[in-house]
Amino acid sequence: MTLANEQKGSVARSDERLKKVSTLTGVLRRPELGAVAGLVLVTVFFLLTANPAMFTLAGVVNFMAPAAQLGILAVGAALLMIGGEFDLSIGSMVAFAGLVFGTALVVWQVPLSVAILVAIAFAVFIGVTNAQLTMRTGLPSFIVTLAFLFILRGLTLVGLKWASGGATQLRGMKEAVAGSPLAPLFSGDAFPGLFTWLAKVGVIDTFPNGTPKVPGIPVEILWFVAIALLATWVLLRTRFGNWIFAAGGDPRAARKSGVPVARVKTTLFVVTALCATLVAILTVLDAGSTDARRGFQKEFEAIIAAVIGGCLLTGGYGSAIGAFFGSIVFGMVLIGLTYTSIDQDWYLVFLGGMLLTAVVFNNVIRKRVTGER
Amino acid sequence: MSTSQTPLVEVRNLVKHFGSVIALNGVSMNVYPNEVLCLLGDNGAGKSTLINTLAGVHKPTSGDFLVDGQPRVFSGPRDALDAGIATVYQDLAMIPLMSVTRNFFMGREPLTGFGPFKRMNMDEADNVTRDEMHKIGIDVRDPQQAVGTLSGGERQCVAIARAVYFGAKVLILDEPTSALGVAQTSMVLKYINQVRAKGLGVIFITHNVRHAYAVGNRFTVLNRGKTLGTYTKDAIGIEELQNLMAGGKELQSLSEELGGTI
Repeated sequence: MTLANEQKGSVARSDERLKKVSTLTGVLRRPELGAVAGLVLVTVFFLLTANPAMFTLAGVVNFMAPAAQLGILAVGAALLMIGGEFDLSIGSMVAFAGLVFGTALVVWQVPLSVAILVAIAFAVFIGVTNAQLTMRTGLPSFIVTLAFLFILRGLTLVGLKWASGGATQLRGMKEAVAGSPLAPLFSGDAFPGLFTWLAKVGVIDTFPNGTPKVPGIPVEILWFVAIALLATWVLLRTRFGNWIFAAGGDPRAARKSGVPVARVKTTLFVVTALCATLVAILTVLDAGSTDARRGFQKEFEAIIAAVIGGCLLTGGYGSAIGAFFGSIVFGMVLIGLTYTSIDQDWYLVFLGGMLLTAVVFNNVIRKRVTGER
Repeated sequence: MSTSQTPLVEVRNLVKHFGSVIALNGVSMNVYPNEVLCLLGDNGAGKSTLINTLAGVHKPTSGDFLVDGQPRVFSGPRDALDAGIATVYQDLAMIPLMSVTRNFFMGREPLTGFGPFKRMNMDEADNVTRDEMHKIGIDVRDPQQAVGTLSGGERQCVAIARAVYFGAKVLILDEPTSALGVAQTSMVLKYINQVRAKGLGVIFITHNVRHAYAVGNRFTVLNRGKTLGTYTKDAIGIEELQNLMAGGKELQSLSEELGGTI
């Protein structure tokens, strides 16, 4: 009897404690908290140390462009990580997709729309291959996609030499897509009219000759924002989103509850490959060429951005909008250092430090959220 | 329970072999609506095999398997679920990192909207979860809180509530109280009684006679793959049941040795 009373007492006590914490957990439960905190920290740091030009419109566009290129990959990587898998082949996939897309445009000379479809078809194939190999062998996706990191990079080198007749670079994309109605979707700046008008009425800075310093928003930034919003909506508000969390949280439990885990993971692998392909298309059209080093080490940066965004390495927890903020942190530091007197090579040190902090922070948060004892 | 009713689930002389191992060697049991049938047995008695057979995971080697009086053969757990037989396993099939709502509706999300804008109806899901939890007496302050923050007993109750909400007629509970403290156990037992009162048939697997006796209407004792018999609550005492389950004499002498504490 005393035991029962004691037990009751302790239950009541622990309930009280939970109640007190619950307002705090409300904030702490947001997985993207770390990324937002990081972004605030980094912004404050650069406000204090960097040339004020960094936070003019031109400066913001300057660091948002690389953030967007990384961010598109990071959002895909985040979804896949929440689904409980890794993809280390995304960086090489960017190069491979660049090769496929470039070859289609320049060597086969097909229209832009067809070249995009060809690139998408290859991406779906690689994504499904990664997924099937992982699922059928039961090996960690870490190993399977590590193999593809090398396979795809190697294929890109071989393919580039074949397509360009011996070089590791393929040129001529800009000329190939000139005049294509689809081209503005994937290259250049959006809303030039608006920006010219804004310059005219004096809202934004202009060059002495009257043209705006920022001719428009680079399209990759729009893609980045759109993809982050879409991914967040899918994750938080759709059935498929629930399945992603379930598949990553505990595939056995998910399967028992009727979640098609294999289908969910396959879709996620395809989505990451498609994100890599989109980045390839955007950057290839931007540069007008593709080379074998495209996307080099981007897989690690994307995973780090996802982790900063609150994704757990063990899956089942994380946020797409967190990866969005994580990528902006990256872009700010990469470009921001050039606005300071700090040696740019500190960037890598910062990368590693940020990753460590984020992982430690995430572990603490997870324990808070789940009340792990 | 009048005997004129058809049992919800009935097995007669169920036999299950795994290769040369005879896991079940003639098990008979049935469960009626509005009753808790306790399935008692020590380790290795064949409880798990029996549950898995009832849940459609295993196919019986021979014997009769009737659902609502009709012979049935399940080709998988889905079939059993469709027939209204829901199993709550020991691991509960819950994901600690996910919210109560997301767990409750995992695999059966309510949808709203149409075409590409079809989305999960979170408000409805939250409301249903809060209501269902309220009925059990768990005050979920926020159904978006992670399942990991619930106690073991609460998690067990959520898993049961989920099965009931999605239309189970027969509920198989696999050792629901085995890892729980006293207060938690009484909470789960109370809820089992509530579920029975709704008219469900509950098959309560346990090796704890006290827990069984607290909520059970009838007791089927398994030993070495066979049923030793089924007893109604007024036909057997708790001591007798304990002895029967552990194979009688040995336990009695052991109990005396230990001063009657088992």
